[in-house]
Amino acid sequence: MPRELTQNRIHKIWIPSRDDKPAIPRSSGGPHLTNSPTVIVMVGLPARGKTYIAKKLTRYLNWTGVPTKVFNVGEYRREAVNYNSYDFFRPDNQDAMKIRKQCALAALRDVKSYLSEEGGQLAVFDATNTTRERRDMILSFGKENGFKMFFVESVCEDPSVVETNIMEVKVSCPDYKDCNRTDAMDDFLKRIECYRALYQPLEPDHYDKDLSFIKVIDVGRRFLVNRIQDYIQSKIVYYLMNMHVQPRTIYLCRHGESEHNLRGQLGGDSGLSPRGKKFARALLGYLKEQNQKNLKVWTSQLKRTIQTAEALDMPYEQWKALNEIDAGVCEDMNYEEVKERYPEEFALRDQDKYHYRYPTGESYQDLVQRLEPVIMELERQENVVVVCHQAVMRCLLAYFLDKSADEMPYLKCPLHTVLKLTPVAYGCKVESIYLNVEAVNTHRDRPEDIKKGPSTLMRRNSVTPLASPEPTKKPRMNSLDDHMASTSSALPVRMASDIPTSLPDQPWLGKACLRTVFLYLKVFSLLIFQRT
Amino acid sequence: MATPPRELTQNPLKKIWMPCKNGLPEKHISQRKVCMTNCPTLIVTVGLPARGKTYISKKLTRYLNWIGVPTKEFNVGQYRRECVKIYKSFEFFRPDNEEGLKIRKHCAASALNDVRTYLSEGGQVAVFDATNTTRERRDTIMKFADLNGYKVFFVESVCDDPEVIASNIVQVKLGSPDYTDRNTDEAVEDFMKRIKCYENSYETLDEIKDRDLSYIKIMEVGSRYLVNRVLDHIQSRIVYYLMNIHIAPRSIYLCRHGESELNIKGRIGGDSGLSARGKLFAKFLGKFIQEQNIKDLKVWTSQMKRTIQTAEALGVPYEQWKALNEIDAGVCEEMMYEEIQDHYPLEFALRDQDKYRYRYPKGESYEDLVQRLEPVIMELERQENVLVICHQAVMRCLLAYFLDKTAEELPYLKCPLHTVLKLTPVAYGCKVESISLNVEAVNTHRDRPENVDVSRPPDEALLTVPAHQ
Repeated sequence: MPRELTQNRIHKIWIPSRDDKPAIPRSSGGPHLTNSPTVIVMVGLPARGKTYIAKKLTRYLNWTGVPTKVFNVGEYRREAVNYNSYDFFRPDNQDAMKIRKQCALAALRDVKSYLSEEGGQLAVFDATNTTRERRDMILSFGKENGFKMFFVESVCEDPSVVETNIMEVKVSCPDYKDCNRTDAMDDFLKRIECYRALYQPLEPDHYDKDLSFIKVIDVGRRFLVNRIQDYIQSKIVYYLMNMHVQPRTIYLCRHGESEHNLRGQLGGDSGLSPRGKKFARALLGYLKEQNQKNLKVWTSQLKRTIQTAEALDMPYEQWKALNEIDAGVCEDMNYEEVKERYPEEFALRDQDKYHYRYPTGESYQDLVQRLEPVIMELERQENVVVVCHQAVMRCLLAYFLDKSADEMPYLKCPLHTVLKLTPVAYGCKVESIYLNVEAVNTHRDRPEDIKKGPSTLMRRNSVTPLASPEPTKKPRMNSLDDHMASTSSALPVRMASDIPTSLPDQPWLGKACLRTVFLYLKVFSLLIFQRT
Repeated sequence: MATPPRELTQNPLKKIWMPCKNGLPEKHISQRKVCMTNCPTLIVTVGLPARGKTYISKKLTRYLNWIGVPTKEFNVGQYRRECVKIYKSFEFFRPDNEEGLKIRKHCAASALNDVRTYLSEGGQVAVFDATNTTRERRDTIMKFADLNGYKVFFVESVCDDPEVIASNIVQVKLGSPDYTDRNTDEAVEDFMKRIKCYENSYETLDEIKDRDLSYIKIMEVGSRYLVNRVLDHIQSRIVYYLMNIHIAPRSIYLCRHGESELNIKGRIGGDSGLSARGKLFAKFLGKFIQEQNIKDLKVWTSQMKRTIQTAEALGVPYEQWKALNEIDAGVCEEMMYEEIQDHYPLEFALRDQDKYRYRYPKGESYEDLVQRLEPVIMELERQENVLVICHQAVMRCLLAYFLDKTAEELPYLKCPLHTVLKLTPVAYGCKVESISLNVEAVNTHRDRPENVDVSRPPDEALLTVPAHQ
């Protein structure tokens, strides 16, 4: 007898009522969570972009809903010893070798814990891994634990690229906090030489012909891909082949204020209000000032973004994928109407705004899936202005600033404000520019009085995008200098309005923990008071 | 002082907002199409005979056309067959056969000529399918491309596995017009000698010498790839596609959900459950699947109740894809065709005028569906045995991909309820078996009526509406 179906009230997914073997909705088009976890192993000499790739890949995978985490062995080493000079890395330094091996093993232990016990799906093992001996050890580790292995090797012999890398991320790293830049560069180059003598690159024709790997050569000019095993490896390869390191700027903004905005109505396809038109003109002025080379302009297929772009007097491309979230039966209503006609829906949305799908409409989770090709193309492009909508902009911003699914639906994306994103070091610099044209506020904060159930940090059986977790064993940040060298992604520089786009100091996990504790206390106290 | 922004008007068919002047739309290519390259692309295959070049060319062409990039393949072997009416033997291909060489060079030039015509008349990608094994030949092609402003992308297939080569020969060469009068052994022997003729002068794409070219080298039937200098979006998509296809034998089963409550009432869209007959179909589908005894069958459904109910009856694990949901009929959801004619006669007529591009108000078009389904196709290429339980419009789109149907044919492909289509790749295409599971159901197929004019009388519009409750 076929099982009866009920529709989950938040996701609007049909599942069998007897919950013994629920069907798994393919929400992010990602891999089955019953597939074996994968360890991505970075390979390459220092200053070849391994950590850059590791972090970017992790950010992308988390955004698409695949729980991923980076394990940087260098950080374990920094926890274990104080750095003096490149002598530590000399191949004949026995004591140092021992310590370095310990660090690698410690990191692998954490990898195992993340993948087997903490709901992780992918772990990126970020270290040089330049010898066969080390890689064989990692392969055994993978085999023992039933993990798939995928190697990502970065090969580059262009000295100008290597030097640029060193200047961008090495001279300011904690190892060199007491050095001047020239000394740091000098020492680092000697460090690289220590590795070079023992470097055994992946050999597709002989030793490594049965491994699954991608060799990235000369910053993406050439790739060698061997034995892709599954969907996620294929996606990783595609992503790596589309990203680049050219300096460029991405501008995100919403359409000008619309007629619907003025009336507090959701969705729809209305035109710009007079203030909205004024914003469009102001945007033209701003972009002219910015004077970017070959600027591309993208809009959705809804009238208000196109009207905004029309004022820019530049060619633009319309993407249906950039359309605002479909509010289904609630389209064209204002929040009061929704509350009145669909009170349960209204409440459910506040309970889990990321997963909540409007009846016959979409959820933020659906949006992420819809926007993935946009992100892929943004990675390929250089200077782009994306004129879009509130929910869409939140999703895109969450990708660039590595925000979790929990934070995403509450990111502040006000009208008439441009967010200028510039890649820098391992992350993204964001500047918020308010173009001085008044508009209504369309932002609804997380309601304080929702009876939210205990929020699980990691939902084992759902593909919830997590912000890339803070790497373990990271030294506590005590000063702004440490922060600059840290791995956090958002560095708000100039804020014309007081819109916090990130709170960089607290580890994500810590913040969520704190909030859950408060919620528990609140619910607890409510229950206690209600009883009397 | 900036010029005032242009007024916008919404194209009534595609529901796209476009700038207009004096109430008439201005020409503005602003809608996002797949490839935004300004210049056409020339894909050039490279490789010894029987390395899968034509297989790759045809498959790639089929994929690119389906996603909306006008593409055409030009197989030089065919030009040669036109020129030299009767193929005698491998001697034609001997490197010292002056006469043969002249003819072959002429054929290549003739094909390039046709490439030029195609790319200047609306074509976006041309696939030049030949061995192109010498640097000299490739230089000629690149000069041609340079002259005409085309980007060149090479696709080389390298394979030394004698079993694979033998299998290729049996699959596609024996049946070629060249060998109609030969028995199998003779044909194989001749073809092997033919390959030998090319081997000595074969100059594979070299990491150093060809480092400035854009290419992908496919090795060992796709277990390894070398990708060099991908220049733009379309090349990146091509590389991704080529890295996902495989040649392992498998079957894809396509069917719709069982008959639904709304089907019986003649209503489109919605999210209703199965009717009694629909449930019976689901049961029979389960039996059918068991009988077929398919190894490692994956089952995919949409996120709509009727496909999930159908899958539930199979008693096997299944995956839900939102991308497989039926086309969104927007304001017409849950209406009968008669009601659509009544409330939206203009929309109804426009849809009959261009069913592929027509977008329902606040809904989707078939064109939108294709874009939505592209990741499904990509994953289908990666997979092996799969059963896809979906919907009428969705199934038409998927079928059009496998059977290489045009945008004009796609919305009218027949995908009746309670019928399974079994697709098996064979040679250069796809074998289709249609299996009706013998459970009655309403007919939901509406043919294009004769009169598609917006001023047509209602009865002419409703002529082809299938019977319902």
